[in-house]
Amino acid sequence: MIIRGDEPEQLRLLKRLYKPGNYFLQGNEAVAYGALFAGCRFYAGYPITPSSEIAETMARELPKLGGYYLQMEDEIGSIAAMVGASWTGFKVMTATAGPGFSLMQENLGYAVMTETPLVLVDVQRSGPSTGQATKGAQGDFFQARWGTHGDHPIVAVSPISVEDAFWETVRAFNISEKLRTPVVVLFDGVLAHTREQIKIPDVEEIEITYRKLPKNEEEAKLPFGDPHGDGVPPMPLFGHGYFTHVTGSTHKENGLRDVYTPEVHDRLVRRIHRKIEQNKHVYEKYEEYFTDDAEILVVSWGVTARPSLGAVLKAREEGTRVGLFVPKTVHPFPGKRIKELGKKVRAILVPEMNLGQLILEVQRFVNDDVLLKGVNKIGGVPLTVEEILREIRGVA
Amino acid sequence: MAKEIYSTYPMVKYLRKEALPTALCPGCGGGTVLNAFANAVDQLRIDPKDLVVVSGIGCSAWIASPYFLADTLHTTHGRAIAFATGVKVGLPDKKVVVISGDGDLASIGGNHLLHAARRNIDITVILVNNFIYGMTGGQVAPTTPFGAKTTTSPYRNIEHPLQISETVAAAGASYVARWTTAHVYQLIESIKKALQVKGFSLVEVISQCPVQYGRRNKMKEPAEMLRWFLKNSVPVGKAKKMSPEELEGKFIIGEIINRQRPEFTEELNKLIDEVQEHFGLKGE
Ligand SMILES: Cc1ncc(C[n+]2csc(CCOP(=O)(O)OP(=O)(O)O)c2C)c(N)n1
Ligand code: SF4
Repeated sequence: MIIRGDEPEQLRLLKRLYKPGNYFLQGNEAVAYGALFAGCRFYAGYPITPSSEIAETMARELPKLGGYYLQMEDEIGSIAAMVGASWTGFKVMTATAGPGFSLMQENLGYAVMTETPLVLVDVQRSGPSTGQATKGAQGDFFQARWGTHGDHPIVAVSPISVEDAFWETVRAFNISEKLRTPVVVLFDGVLAHTREQIKIPDVEEIEITYRKLPKNEEEAKLPFGDPHGDGVPPMPLFGHGYFTHVTGSTHKENGLRDVYTPEVHDRLVRRIHRKIEQNKHVYEKYEEYFTDDAEILVVSWGVTARPSLGAVLKAREEGTRVGLFVPKTVHPFPGKRIKELGKKVRAILVPEMNLGQLILEVQRFVNDDVLLKGVNKIGGVPLTVEEILREIRGVA
Repeated sequence: MAKEIYSTYPMVKYLRKEALPTALCPGCGGGTVLNAFANAVDQLRIDPKDLVVVSGIGCSAWIASPYFLADTLHTTHGRAIAFATGVKVGLPDKKVVVISGDGDLASIGGNHLLHAARRNIDITVILVNNFIYGMTGGQVAPTTPFGAKTTTSPYRNIEHPLQISETVAAAGASYVARWTTAHVYQLIESIKKALQVKGFSLVEVISQCPVQYGRRNKMKEPAEMLRWFLKNSVPVGKAKKMSPEELEGKFIIGEIINRQRPEFTEELNKLIDEVQEHFGLKGE
């Protein structure tokens, strides 16, 4: 069995095609290159602003690497094709935005339930509905978390710059492969269309992981078991004679449907949750600036993190003891760390390009005596350093 | 008892025994379809290791998934063909078969059906047309005959049924045939052809759902439905000479189309070859 993109000649191809060095890339291109370096060799998508350049880059580059670009008839078909391809051993990705992400939700749940690795990039745009189709936003924080039905875990990462988009995409693939689960990349229209210099490293410097495959026939017979106690079953790929049955219905360890026994559902869904909970070390990531002595904390994610840092730096110059916390994996939310920080500060500001979403997660972990305030801006224009600084001054 | 019968049934070797007995109602046409499919696989000597069967949601989706002993992917309602597209690109040398219902493939999944036919991707679709949404309790379907009664058209159906095979043929499929569960041998032959054709193939099977459709339309017994199929079946050749009025309520059976067109996964791989050649990346 082989994971496509894993072959030694792939490394040589990547080295030939993308020389290490500085590149001037758009955020969307950085996502696409991150995917290619991570081993993605199958992309199925449907164009939507502001994500389309990801599809365009993949359509241009994938064939060079022997990979497949499919433009499907819609977003539902795109994620469906990805699941099918993932079961044949491909690392797979799609990119979409607002309405497309909504359409993908049912099959995102299917991927969670069938433990299918895939990476879904949501280039957030202004909504609800068609909203401001070409403008960036951060309004899908909870769509990523709760968009599909039922009790399910989800992992979502969120890059803060063009260079970071490259690395977070690589990381999304690694998490997805390691935990046999879909991973959402919550990107945004602003960074997607920003051009910045990014350093592309030598392929060999990038740590790449591949999904666990069954060691023997016995493991292959239990595609939804937990032989290693880490909650992650080895994945028997299609086409190798294992006669694997995969269904989105509640299934036993051997894959066969059983929707009548409460214990079977309980065991399956709890294991899928436990798999994410107990493997925090695989995905948890956040950045902290000046949090040691901070009495005011700014918590910010994605595109808003950089103006937040700018504001924090300026406020520091003014003598304000303010720190910054940036979750890079936004789901599951690093609540434990926020709780610790929340005990040390008297005020928390949460800047984001929406009317208050991340702030609800923060709120769950801080006491009432902390002043908690959102800094919210909608309309498709990102928050500026000045706007955030003004709010910091307001609580200083 | 039932077990005795199964153990002497030669096609049982193709079934996932731990999943039996099937959940289909007694007299359901689904059993005939499964039987025909197993016989086609057997006659062509296809190793089930070279098969991936994909299905959507509905009674008909259960026919081969989980029962057929191969890699099976039981997907969301309507999306089987899109899932199968990913499987086929990943495993172009395997036979990828979709077996599902008319509601699943032609209503909610209509878009994927048309576009897979247009792409001419080498997938074989066995579409079980029972004129009804069986699993959800007998609601009106896009295939329900004009005037028929269902739980959501309790007075009569005022919509016209979709001619699935003709539509898929027009969309670009390589092979399309339609039979009923009363034409088992012809059905097996068509499934065999479909499995061998390089390109998108559809075999539409008019099938009885005595429980949800027959019961409400004066055909409580499975045999009554089969008699209805036989009485109203018209071979394609003959149908060409008949007027739309004469064809109202008739089932056109036989091969609707059989042609060669460039196939999607082959073209995709050819394209990759060309690109790699162009950039001097071959044999890296
Ligand atoms: C998105 C979605 N909508 C609706 C359903 C409910 N549903 C389950 S099966 C089915 C109809 C199946 O009809 P058909 O494909 O004709 O199969 P049959 O049961 O008649 O064989 C429907 C509507 C669903 N599972 N998912
Ligand atoms: S409800 Fe109809 S289609 Fe479903 S199993 Fe019963 S007879 Fe077959």
